[in-house]
Amino acid sequence: MELSVQDLSVTRGGVPVLEGVTFCIASGEALILRGPNGIGKTTLLRTVAGLQPPLRGHIGLEREAMAYAAHADGIKSTLSVRENLGFWADVFATGDIAPALEAFHLTALADRVAGGLSAGQKRRLGLARMVVTGRPVWVLDEPTVSLDTEAVALFAQAVRAHLAGGGLALMATHIDLGLSEARVLEMGTFKAKAPDPDDFDGAFL
Amino acid sequence: MASIWQYANPRKFIQTTDRVLPWIAGAALVALIVGLVWGFFFTPEDYRQGSTVKIIYLHVPSALMAINGWIMMLAASLIWIVRRHHVSALAARAAAPVGATMTVIALVTGAIWGQPMWGTWWAWDPRLTSFLILFLFYLGYMALWAAIENDDTAADLTSVLCLVGSVFAVLSRYAVNFWNQGLHQGASLSLDKEENVADVFYFPLLLCIAGFVLLFIALVFLRTQTEIRARRMRALLVRERLG
Amino acid sequence: MIALLTRDLRLAVRAGGGFGLGLAFFLIVVTLVPFSVGPENALLSEIAPGILWLGALLACLLSLDRIFALDWEDGSLDLLATSPVPMEALVSIKALAHWLTTGLPLIVATPVFALLLSLPQAGYVPLVLSLFLGTPALSVIGTFGAALTVGIKRGGLLLSLLVLPLYVPTLIFGAEMARRGALGLDMKTAMMMQAGISFGVIALLPFASAAVLRVNLR
Repeated sequence: MELSVQDLSVTRGGVPVLEGVTFCIASGEALILRGPNGIGKTTLLRTVAGLQPPLRGHIGLEREAMAYAAHADGIKSTLSVRENLGFWADVFATGDIAPALEAFHLTALADRVAGGLSAGQKRRLGLARMVVTGRPVWVLDEPTVSLDTEAVALFAQAVRAHLAGGGLALMATHIDLGLSEARVLEMGTFKAKAPDPDDFDGAFL
Repeated sequence: MASIWQYANPRKFIQTTDRVLPWIAGAALVALIVGLVWGFFFTPEDYRQGSTVKIIYLHVPSALMAINGWIMMLAASLIWIVRRHHVSALAARAAAPVGATMTVIALVTGAIWGQPMWGTWWAWDPRLTSFLILFLFYLGYMALWAAIENDDTAADLTSVLCLVGSVFAVLSRYAVNFWNQGLHQGASLSLDKEENVADVFYFPLLLCIAGFVLLFIALVFLRTQTEIRARRMRALLVRERLG
Repeated sequence: MIALLTRDLRLAVRAGGGFGLGLAFFLIVVTLVPFSVGPENALLSEIAPGILWLGALLACLLSLDRIFALDWEDGSLDLLATSPVPMEALVSIKALAHWLTTGLPLIVATPVFALLLSLPQAGYVPLVLSLFLGTPALSVIGTFGAALTVGIKRGGLLLSLLVLPLYVPTLIFGAEMARRGALGLDMKTAMMMQAGISFGVIALLPFASAAVLRVNLR
């Protein structure tokens, strides 16, 4: 399995932000996208995850292969940790949540109501969801925000385990993830140029 | 490239409409003045309705354009959904306030006509009620356009609303007919000659309708130009903000 | 999909879920009506079917913005959109959950509220039947409105403005059916039309809801 993205242009709010993005991730590899705020990392990840259509270009894998984690973790505060994770396990029809709880040291918290968790614990719960999806491509947007050093190490461990099992990971961040083996792609080189206003619809883009 | 779709290019659209707009507006003015003057001063009074019948020259054309305006928006929305021409979406947006105004004119002239004829300004008659509902649809459509910042998102959402709304408007029409049989007279115009109003009223009425159609087209062209320029300006502002 | 339904129901009954709010609102509407039109039983029993239908419709309307807003705010809607659940199924389940938490309790409570408005004896069965046929359509149409306005901050009023004209046919046939039933008239046509609208809406509108939800998520 490999994720190959070719000549991808993405838009935010109807305006092209990145163009000509090309990369390829093979099975067992991780790619980290870097770039200043507002360059379009999140937009690119959402496009790859299939949430928005690209303006141009080609994404090599179906959206069914992707598991996506955004800034928001989608945690319901009135449900327990177990119920939150169990829901996603049911939705993705994968069943057992114990390994995911274990991987992010959440087993002891399993019966706590998610509303009472700290920001870091919530983030861990959000990341545990990725394990539960059972999908080969992890698309992660700033995965380590509000995690402490220990939890970042847990995260790195989980990603490595995922890669060792033949998975892929595509991440956007500007913090060190503790994944020294991952390749890094600078987004700055893909910044979109203004379209010619004499284009057919160029005036509107 | 003689395709009709070339006019979906914003630049081409503005150039073309700039050229034809004075002619359409002029023709609308002539047709309306001649039609209204003819209708108001040079037609006999109806033996039953007296001079009140003459409001027909405003009422029928505006009611027609209220419905046709919505149909035009539906067509433009479909073109946007299928071919994704921005000008089409903006034309639908531009037509909405014009259509809404036509609906209001139809409702107000209807009330003024209804008062002497039926002895009431308003009755929950199927036709009146349908127009009130049509007006609500126009309001919702315009409110949705106004509420969304991203123009493409707004175009998509309003197109679907227009589509779904059209189905429900037709459903409402039948529901309202079922609900109350009504006072309103039958159609003033139809292809069946027997049903029509008499010829003396008919020709000035046709002229007034032509005037309203041309007026509608002129206003929609003008407003579409404005929307195109406004959209262009917003796109430039977003670009500037992104740096 | 069952998981989604059970989660939504569970969320609705837990703290802050808003279960029962619609019911309380319905009770208040029914209580206020006699204050505004006068306490004569004859008048009340005549307008009872219409008032009960209007109350049910408003109670339904009140809870529409909760259908997607909470999932939108905490990001689960994005995550659900990337899950194996098709968007059409997602909106249908959401509508079903809304009906189970709002429409169904209203139907169950309606006979009690009908007592307060002295609905004629013959009117109970037609009223409950008409609500049973009509409220699913209210939930499905409302889900479409909620999907349209999901990205809009403080979109509640706009949602009402968009949804109310769409509610007209359902209200007409539903209330007409209940009214004719209460008067002992033939209500078959209204019932057929109501059922037709409900089934048509349930079958077709989820596609439109899913389409606008996709647009709102991108």
